[in-house]
Amino acid sequence: MDFIQDNLLNLIVFFPLLSALIVFVLPEDEKNLIRRLALVLSLVPLVLVLIMWFTYDAQYRFAGGFAFEVQAEWFPAIGASYHMGIDGISLTMFLLTTILTPIAILASFDIDDKVRMYMSLFLVMETAMLGLFASLDLMIFFIFWEFGLVPMYFLIKIWGGKDRDYASFKFFIYTMAGSLGLLLSIQVMGISMGTFDLLELMKVWVSTPNTATLANTGINAGLVKSIAFWAFMIAFAIKVPIWPFHTWLPDAHTQAPTAGSMILAGVLLKLGAYGFIRLVIPLFPEQAHTAAGVLAVLGMLSIVLGGFAAFGQWDFKRLVAYSSINHMGFVVLGLAVMAYAYGVDGANEHLSNDAIIATNGAIFQMFNHGLSAAGMFFLVGVIYDRAHTRDLKQFGGIWTILPVYGTILIFTSMASLGLPGLNGFVSEFLVVRGSWNIFTVQLAISMLGLLMTGAYILKAIGATLHGPVNEKWKGLTDMTLREHLVIWPLMALMLSLGVWPQWVLVFINDTVKNLF
Amino acid sequence: MNEETLQTLTWLIPAGPLLVFFLIVLFTKHNRTLSWLLAWAGVIASLIMGWTVAFNLFAEDPHHLAEHPTVVQSALNWIPIGAFSSGNWLKMGVAVDPLTAVMLFMVPFAVFMIFIYSVGYHNYGQGPAHKRGVPPHPSEEEPMFSRFFAYMSLFAGAMLLLVVADNLLLLFIGWEIMGFCSYSLIGFWYARNYHIEPGGIPHIPPRQAAVKAFMTTRVADVVMMLGIVFFYSAFGTLNFSEALSAHGLEHAAEMVGVGALGIMALLLFTGTVGKSAQWPLHVWLPDAMEGPTPVSATIHAAAMVSAGIYLIVRIFPLIAVGIEGNPGVGWVIAGIGAFTALMAATIAVAQNDVKGVLAYSTISQLGFMVAAIGIGAYIAAAFHLITHAFFKALLFLSSGSVIHGMEHGAEHTHDHHTDPQDMRFMGGLKDKMPITFWAFVIGGMALSGLPIVTAGFWSKDEIFADAWYQWAHHQNPAGLFVFIVLALAAFLTAFYTTRQLSLTFLGKPRHQLAEHAHESSRFMTVPLMALSVFAIAAGWFGIPEEFPVLGPIVNNNFFHHFVAATIEETMHELETLHLVGHGLEVLPFQWVPLIASLVVALGGIGVGYWIYGRKPLAEGQPDPLIKPLGALYPFLQNKWYWDELYQIVFIRPVVYFSEVIVYEFMDKGIIDGIIHLVARTFFTIGYYARRAEMMIFGDGVDWVKDQFLKTVRELRYFQTGRIQEYTLVSMLLASALIVLILAINYDLFATLF
Repeated sequence: MDFIQDNLLNLIVFFPLLSALIVFVLPEDEKNLIRRLALVLSLVPLVLVLIMWFTYDAQYRFAGGFAFEVQAEWFPAIGASYHMGIDGISLTMFLLTTILTPIAILASFDIDDKVRMYMSLFLVMETAMLGLFASLDLMIFFIFWEFGLVPMYFLIKIWGGKDRDYASFKFFIYTMAGSLGLLLSIQVMGISMGTFDLLELMKVWVSTPNTATLANTGINAGLVKSIAFWAFMIAFAIKVPIWPFHTWLPDAHTQAPTAGSMILAGVLLKLGAYGFIRLVIPLFPEQAHTAAGVLAVLGMLSIVLGGFAAFGQWDFKRLVAYSSINHMGFVVLGLAVMAYAYGVDGANEHLSNDAIIATNGAIFQMFNHGLSAAGMFFLVGVIYDRAHTRDLKQFGGIWTILPVYGTILIFTSMASLGLPGLNGFVSEFLVVRGSWNIFTVQLAISMLGLLMTGAYILKAIGATLHGPVNEKWKGLTDMTLREHLVIWPLMALMLSLGVWPQWVLVFINDTVKNLF
Repeated sequence: MNEETLQTLTWLIPAGPLLVFFLIVLFTKHNRTLSWLLAWAGVIASLIMGWTVAFNLFAEDPHHLAEHPTVVQSALNWIPIGAFSSGNWLKMGVAVDPLTAVMLFMVPFAVFMIFIYSVGYHNYGQGPAHKRGVPPHPSEEEPMFSRFFAYMSLFAGAMLLLVVADNLLLLFIGWEIMGFCSYSLIGFWYARNYHIEPGGIPHIPPRQAAVKAFMTTRVADVVMMLGIVFFYSAFGTLNFSEALSAHGLEHAAEMVGVGALGIMALLLFTGTVGKSAQWPLHVWLPDAMEGPTPVSATIHAAAMVSAGIYLIVRIFPLIAVGIEGNPGVGWVIAGIGAFTALMAATIAVAQNDVKGVLAYSTISQLGFMVAAIGIGAYIAAAFHLITHAFFKALLFLSSGSVIHGMEHGAEHTHDHHTDPQDMRFMGGLKDKMPITFWAFVIGGMALSGLPIVTAGFWSKDEIFADAWYQWAHHQNPAGLFVFIVLALAAFLTAFYTTRQLSLTFLGKPRHQLAEHAHESSRFMTVPLMALSVFAIAAGWFGIPEEFPVLGPIVNNNFFHHFVAATIEETMHELETLHLVGHGLEVLPFQWVPLIASLVVALGGIGVGYWIYGRKPLAEGQPDPLIKPLGALYPFLQNKWYWDELYQIVFIRPVVYFSEVIVYEFMDKGIIDGIIHLVARTFFTIGYYARRAEMMIFGDGVDWVKDQFLKTVRELRYFQTGRIQEYTLVSMLLASALIVLILAINYDLFATLF
């Protein structure tokens, strides 16, 4: 027990990698064994995160700073070290990742082709995501960042739909293009400051005046800061994705296998938003403050245009994919407020209060969108598995044939729509409240996107469930036990967070309140 | 009863129906009997607890209440904000003050009546129909019986939650859940399609009506959400009694200015415009008739539309301050209300759908209440809200009973083409359905404002009195405007109600459906009788003391004093702070409004009877108004063409914008176009680089060339040639990356600069 407690963070991050190895050495034709073992092994990190959750709650929540810190020498020549740690924000993301991974694995039990590789890739990806959420060193962060890209690329490329090659390349190249600037900027920062440690950089890098000349490189600090800031911005904006860097997402989602979409929307998009919270804003407070208005406008455009584009779809999965852009726009809007208020000297009580609310909302929205998007993609997969089409024009009257599926789809859609009583509403409300005073105009226009959220959700429900029974779908069978086991935990979480959001929000809030 | 018990009871009022929703969905959905019994149990529990709490307040001394209006208050920490160990939480709680109490009297009772009625309406005990998603035949039971009661319970629970909410956010939560329930219930028969006979009443399928209702109200709700966050930001709290106290309003007025409070009031009022179906967002409500009739009754009377009015009554001190700061705010509210009241009344005159007339009458009556708030008639609005809820629930349930009777006729004659809701096919139902007839008459007369006897008279009269007083005493032109417009609307109301009663019940049956109609079951008639009592008696609690003859006899304007206690003290303090012009006033008796309301009510009924009742229509005879009204008649019958206008101005452009401009043009055309162009450029560069390399190295690299061409061929097999582009781009980017890393690591920058 002590061993677990002492090495909790490392265990959580690397256990999935170990699991991947275990799964990978199993005989290829023992498909059921592979599936079940992968599921069981993926539950271990969840248990460990729960242990961490309660430990954190009892010992660290009020303390501030990072808990479960691990620091080891790694690459002393360039000043990079293996430095990991957890605060309330990372912990929330840990919970999301470890909940969604077993669920996604359970959702992919019907994968029959190269099961062993599939499960291994999934588990490898979990390590990458968890590692990123815990990184406190820029090099380590970047390694995990790139590391997460590869399994998803293969998941789309090998197990995807008919346009999988186009989609996977687009996904890969788009993200790589962003990573390029990110890596370059990290290098410049690390070399000129002599360290890649995030906590160190937050002191020395931030306090370097714009007029200074950087050591080792001899460039003007102000210039590097503004270029590096935009490089960081674009890298993470592509990942979130923020309009206009979003066009990889509908393709990747539409082509990815069901569970791939679940993880992609559920966790991978959050890596981008997390990058803003952990790196962009703390490392470039001045630039972030200046660019906050731009970020708010882009968030607004993501919300509004994402909503309209989703409404314009007739492919069910593409519609849900566009809904991610719409929903993540609220995260961006919240982060714009954070960027505006972070590190402002002499910020008054009202501003910091707004910023805390907006940032809480943005992070909570990340969590909520993870749940509802995963649920929606899963349900699209359920109907696709049966009907072999996602064309909304061909559906109709499914509710009569699949009554249970219909009810579950409505529940999940309503969480996605932001119906009060379910989780999405709480976070959207917080973001709206937090941005009201600072970005009133952008917020008011964003409301148009919130209106469209309703329009596209109802369009999807109406086109699939409502209408007279379509003879073509008469033989479809309702959800299986396995499918119920996938969706019920998600629904339970959506309801519990809608009714009693504080069980997650206190963790976020206790960290966020120290930022402003 | 001690305070703690009252608090517990208040928390539990909405809990019953909400719990029942989950119980039915999860456990009893296959057992129809258990489902409705559970639903009844839930709402009976709410009724008992709601009335216990309400009567506890009724019994209190009004003067004492005025000093401490919020009798019950209890809240829990809900969302942490900032340093919450020092108490900075967004709280969720319940509160009961006199206004809540009268709502707690009305809502659970009306809902319970509707629940009783629903069991009969869905033909309980007849064996379920096989086809789901369409209305069953009158001899078959609704197959989705349990689902119906689950949604209805959620609906009731959400309304009760809204009523007991002590803050704007919890109110909004109940508000939105109701929106979802109305969506689900309007579209309850999700598979239904109509085959409209030529000349028949146009219907849109229920599933479209559901989407229309949800989206139209959502337009308002997103604006209202801005109002809520503005409220929260300006007051620092969402709690009604804290924010809307004199102190809270004074503080907020200092912080954001009185003008901004007016804007806040209008943002919140937009929510009412959507929910209470005021122009220009009224279009959803008539189509909401597509749901089963008990749903219409719930939406139109007990819940939903009442919620909108409840909101503006609840935040009245804010509205009053806003109006004082900028009279334009008052004009907007009163103008929208009065215009809606008159417009909807004109439309109702030319409708042939028995429920359609009632739908427009609801819109019109809600306009009365909104206009009342716009001129500061706080109590009159609340009073009309309560009386209207009773008589409108009665009217809807009666109309459902009529339709049910007609459907029996259709079953009997095997005629499934004739629209059983079309009043042109009715007539002579007085003797076939006597209980329904009398219930309809009582409801109709209350709606018309038949003097002295009915509840509708007293509440409408109070609005007129307030409007006239505003003009006569405060020289407020808005008062005169509202007075005149509402008088016209009230005249039309009495007229179309009499027309409806005559067309439906008088004369001889004009169709075999009506010929074979018969009275509905006990489940349906008992609630009609119970509601009839309230449609009459509810008004007697608000008879002004100075009213000739009756006033001195009753000598206790209970409703006025009781509800006034909610904000009396606050308004008085606001007056001393000069944030409002005057506090709540006790009006002197005035002859002008009394005579006006007598004339319009009796006049409307008289003219209606003269045209339609004296000599009821015969079979095939056209509506006598068609000729004299000329081109105006189709204009009214087609509802001023608002639907057609919105279709052209909003809906089609939005669809085009989404599908063509945003998706096809922006995303696939411009953004992806740029990306593909970049990819193609790199591809071309790469191609020529490769060519050059080939030329240089010649045949020596034949093997490489072959491999390359082979790969290209294989890749081309996949998709549109884009793969190659991306491969090349990725390779180029990767090499650029390596070069840059090397450059940095070898201090290339240092040498460059």
